[in-house]
Amino acid sequence: MKLSREEVRHIALLARLGLTEAEVDRLEEQLSNILENFEVLQQVDTSNVPPTSQSIALQNIVSDDKVAPSLSQEQVLANAPRKEGDFFRVQAVLEN
Amino acid sequence: MTNQMTIHQTHELLKTRQLSSVELTQAYLERIRQVEPQVHALVTVTDELALEQARQADKLIASGNISPLAGIPVVIKDNMCTRGIKTTCSSKMLTNFVPPYNATVVEKLNKCGAVVVGKANMDEFAMGSSTENSALFTTHNPWDLSRVPGGSSGGSAAAVAAGETIYALGSDTGGSIRQPAGFCSVTGLKPTYGRVSRYGLVAFASSLDQIGPMTQDVTDCALVMNAIAGHDRWDSTSLPYPIPDYTRCLTTDIKGLRLGIPREYFVEGMQAEVATAIKAAVSKLAELGAKVDWEVSLPHTRYALAVYYIIAPSEASANLARYDGVKYGYSYQEAHSMWEAMEKTRQYGFGPEVKRRIMLGTYALSAGYYDAYYLKAQKVRTIIRQEFDRAFEKYDALITPTSPTVPFKIGEKTDDPLQMYLSDVCTLPINIAGVPAISIPAGFANGLPIGMQIIGKPLGEETLLKIAYAYEQATEWHKRKPEI
Repeated sequence: MKLSREEVRHIALLARLGLTEAEVDRLEEQLSNILENFEVLQQVDTSNVPPTSQSIALQNIVSDDKVAPSLSQEQVLANAPRKEGDFFRVQAVLEN
Repeated sequence: MTNQMTIHQTHELLKTRQLSSVELTQAYLERIRQVEPQVHALVTVTDELALEQARQADKLIASGNISPLAGIPVVIKDNMCTRGIKTTCSSKMLTNFVPPYNATVVEKLNKCGAVVVGKANMDEFAMGSSTENSALFTTHNPWDLSRVPGGSSGGSAAAVAAGETIYALGSDTGGSIRQPAGFCSVTGLKPTYGRVSRYGLVAFASSLDQIGPMTQDVTDCALVMNAIAGHDRWDSTSLPYPIPDYTRCLTTDIKGLRLGIPREYFVEGMQAEVATAIKAAVSKLAELGAKVDWEVSLPHTRYALAVYYIIAPSEASANLARYDGVKYGYSYQEAHSMWEAMEKTRQYGFGPEVKRRIMLGTYALSAGYYDAYYLKAQKVRTIIRQEFDRAFEKYDALITPTSPTVPFKIGEKTDDPLQMYLSDVCTLPINIAGVPAISIPAGFANGLPIGMQIIGKPLGEETLLKIAYAYEQATEWHKRKPEI
C-alpha cells in the first residue's frame, strides 16, 4: 500500500496533527513501508470469524447513579493552560 | 544492608526493628544520587515525599500493622497518576502535568505504607521498546551503559536492576514490562487483562494496557500482586473475581505440569545464544519434573505483529485525541484560530513515534480502510486468541524467549521503526490474547541478560509464579547484579 503525500496530509487533518514538510516526507515513506508489511493479514481467511474488541467477557458494566465525592472546580482547573474565572478559556469556536 | 535486598528480606529487617524505613529510604535516595548520572532511570526523584512516607511507615510498623510492603521503596512508571507529583509520560505534552488524583494502584500501595522514591522514565506515552522515544532522555542499561534497558518500562527495569529501588511498577501494552525485565535481568509480570485496575494509568491502547510488578525475584512479584490486584469500580474493565494469596503457590513442586514450547517463537533472526539459553532453561524445568512438549505450533503467531500495530495505534489515536491544549498539558498559545491552536499543540507536544502511531491508527480507522485494516485485525485477533485457548486445553503453560535478542545498542534501531517493532515479536501476541505472562532471568550472553517468558491461561498467574519460582530456586541467574 503506497501512500501519497495528499493522503498523508489528509490523515494529519483528520487527526488534527500539524506536520512539517519534512515530517510529511518521512511519514509518506515510513507509513507506506509499514502498511505494506501489514498486507500479510489479507492471507488469513476470516470469513465467519467474529471480531475481538477486547479479551474479557464483561459487558454493560453499570454503577449506581449516586452522587459521590469528586474533584473540586479548583482542582479540575489547576492544570488549565488558560482559564478565566471558573472556566477553561479557548479560542473562538465560531468565527465570523 | 546492601542495595540488592528483596522486599521479603527487607521486610524481615523492618519487622524486627533492625532497620527503620527512614534509614532504608535515605540509603536508597543516596544510591539514586550515586548511579542516576549514569543510568538516567528516573524522571522525578520524590525525596521529600519518600522521607515523609518513611516516617509514617515507621509509625505504622511500630503500631504492629505490617504489610509486607510497608516502609519499602518503590518506583512508579511515569504514566501512573500520582496526586501532587508530576506525571509526564516522558512527553513534552505532559511535562508540567500534576494529577489531582492517584491511580488506583498508587492508592493501594499507599494503603500498604509504601515509600515512593521516584517516577520512572519511559518511551513517550509507552510507545516504544528502548526508552529512546522518551522526550526527556534515554535510560541506559545498568548491565552495559551503551545499551538500551528495553521499553517502554525501561526506567522501571533499570532502576530495579541498578538498586535504585527495591521494586517498581510498570505497564505492558505489547511487552513493555516483560521486554525491559528481560533486558535488565529482573522479574516482570503482565497480569491477565483486567486483573489490575487501569484507573489513573494514562491510556495508550485500552484493550491491551495492563499494570504489573517489576521485582528482583518471584516471591516479591507475588507480594506486589497481593497488594495491587483486584476489582476496582473505577475501571469498568476490571475483573470482578476474588484474588488469591499469590504467595501460597510458591512451591518448587512442578511435577507433572505440562509445558508447551511453541516453535513459532524461535523466530528467524533470533540470536543463537538466546534460543540456546531458553532451551537449556526448559530442560532444567523438565529435570524438575515438568512434562515438556517441544513440538507445539501456534501458526497464526506470524500475524501478531501486524494485528498489534493496527489495533494499538488505532486505540491510541482515539485515546490521544484528548490532548488538545485546553484542559491540561502543553498548549500552543500563538495561534489565530482554534484549529490552528489544536494542530500546533499536537505538532509541538508529541514526538515522532507518537505522531507515527496516531497517523497509522487514524488511517486504519478512516473511511474506506476500516474494514481492510482495523476490522481485519480484530478478526485475526480472534483467531490468535482461539489458538491460545486450544493450547491451554493441553498445556498448563507455554514457554518462549522474552525477546529475540539481548539488549541492543543505543541508536541501533532508531532509524527503522519496523526493526524496533520486531523486538517485541515474542511479547505482543500475549496482549492480543489478554492472557498473563511473566519474564524471569534465564541466563546471559557475553554478560548481557536473557529473559524467559512463561505464558499462562486467563487468571493463571499462580501457575506462572509456581513455575517461575521452581526455576528460580534451582538457578542463580536472579542473584547476579550489574556492577555499577
